[in-house]
Amino acid sequence: MTTPAATRERTSGRSAEARPAPFPRRSSGGVSKTMRRQAVSAWLFLCVPIVLFVVFLLVPIAWALYLSFTDYAVIGDTTWVGAANYVRMWTDPYFWIALRNTTVYTLLYVPLGLVIALGTALLLNRDSAAARVFRTLFYIPVVSSTVATASIWFWLLNPQYGIFNVVLGWFGIDGPAWLYDSKWAMFAIVLMSVWAGFGANMIIFLGGLQGVSPDLKEAARLDGANAWQVFWHVTLPGVSKTTYLVATLLIIAAFQVFDQAYVLTKGGPGNSTLTLVYYIYNQGFGSLKMGYASAISFVLFLIILVFSLVNARVSNAKADGR
Amino acid sequence: MTAARSATTPVTRRRTRRSILGSIAWYVGATLIAVCTVGPLLWTISTSLKPAADILSGYLELIPRNPTVENYVTVFTDTPFARYLFNSMFLAVAGTVTNVVFGSMGGYALARLRFRGRRVVFGGFLASMMIPTIVTMIPTFLVLRFFPLAGGNDIFGQGGFGFINTYWAVIIPFAAGPFAVFFMKQVFEALPDELGEAARVDGAGEFRIFSRVYAPLARTGMAVLGVLTFQAGWNSFLWPLIVLNDPSLFTVQVALSSFITEHETNYGPLMAGTIASTIPVLLVFVLAQRYIVQGVAHTASK
Repeated sequence: MTTPAATRERTSGRSAEARPAPFPRRSSGGVSKTMRRQAVSAWLFLCVPIVLFVVFLLVPIAWALYLSFTDYAVIGDTTWVGAANYVRMWTDPYFWIALRNTTVYTLLYVPLGLVIALGTALLLNRDSAAARVFRTLFYIPVVSSTVATASIWFWLLNPQYGIFNVVLGWFGIDGPAWLYDSKWAMFAIVLMSVWAGFGANMIIFLGGLQGVSPDLKEAARLDGANAWQVFWHVTLPGVSKTTYLVATLLIIAAFQVFDQAYVLTKGGPGNSTLTLVYYIYNQGFGSLKMGYASAISFVLFLIILVFSLVNARVSNAKADGR
Repeated sequence: MTAARSATTPVTRRRTRRSILGSIAWYVGATLIAVCTVGPLLWTISTSLKPAADILSGYLELIPRNPTVENYVTVFTDTPFARYLFNSMFLAVAGTVTNVVFGSMGGYALARLRFRGRRVVFGGFLASMMIPTIVTMIPTFLVLRFFPLAGGNDIFGQGGFGFINTYWAVIIPFAAGPFAVFFMKQVFEALPDELGEAARVDGAGEFRIFSRVYAPLARTGMAVLGVLTFQAGWNSFLWPLIVLNDPSLFTVQVALSSFITEHETNYGPLMAGTIASTIPVLLVFVLAQRYIVQGVAHTASK
């Protein structure tokens, strides 16, 4: 642990020396005075973010961890219950329903969001005025809030008059009741979330595609590779880092899905859209079981952490393999 | 010259035909996606301009038969919608100003000043961005509720409601987010060292070097951060839902979400409210599109 830090220290020291001296070295006393002044200014500059960081991040995390071992409920006495909250999760059917729903949402949302974002980025990866106009048009859904999006989709998904079932009707398909059908409600929320979010990831992919060498693609093409082979063997490996980043962002966001389920379905019908964050919200602020809610939020935290780490592993291994 | 040209013609023509076909396919594909992304918004605008009688009977008409603003009038007279808009605007602007100011100062210190502990502070900010907000939500609520001497509380944080049900409950916890500090650090790191060194030789103080030399050069970065923060603030939902229970403090998002529950079948006013709540961010997007694209791309390059 000490070795890399020491190495870094040495490197940074060397690079500082390599640069032209920042000020004439009158005396070592003058230098240290300037350094001290810099340090004092730095802490002054940083004091607001640091205070807020401590009060609204470090303290809350420690507090949440403590709460998760108590039966804290805002009112009434608080007792230390040990791991009871964590044990209770095992036998709480609603926790498992919420976990399953959130997993289903993630498993649908992440691949779909990834493919559509990359697909649209590939489509618009050219330098033309038309591509810029389409980039703006594709990005529009990102601008509106999840609540406004939910409201719009509430209308789109109306079983009788919504555009979804109207279009399905043209093909002779009798569309489902979407948000009123426990089999389709979560899928509808996935579609809505993909629609609302892919534009931002498309922009990230467009940035990543800039880094793929056109010469390499041209060389592959000259070697007789078809468009699919160029994509699979040149473009896709070229954006593997971006893909990892976008996938991680999507997974982290997916596990925290709340707004859409709260606004559109209130977790229903039949708990089919009850998500983990929604359940934490219900337990913590609805039933005021803040100890139990804190325990669930820590489990959610761990799940997100595991997924991020696994994803980093897989993507790195892939990048090394090539 | 002529011979060479005539020799290449068949190839060129074949290629041209293929490229014309390809570009038609490109336009068709891109237009279809654009219809999917923009269509719902247009349909919402159109629905919001239809009288109640036409909404269900003429639900497929994109151009309203009898355009009217009655839905907007309903929204603004039946509910204090202007008040909701003001609340959202106030909170979003306050969040933007504080994040740009404190984020710039903090980011500047991490990027350009040398001091012991810099790596620890930076590492802390970086790690904190990976912590989902839900984990800190309940204790943050409790910190605000039991804040000493705030909102009728005594020195031990008892007796009142602290910052709950005040604007402060939304502003303070997010006034200087780690993201703002991190983002501005990247911006200031990209600026040249020499300017500050020259000013330091001239005897300028550190705050002066920041405010007169570097801050003006970081204006684009600040604009990007400002636009992103404004959008996030305007669109934020869960936190205002938790800490603002007084209807006169509702943000437009919280109000809109209760519309959906209350006016389940009253689509006209609902769509009007949706459009009214989206116009401010849409305007910001139209005016600051360049910054948004830059900001999203920059976020990714970290």
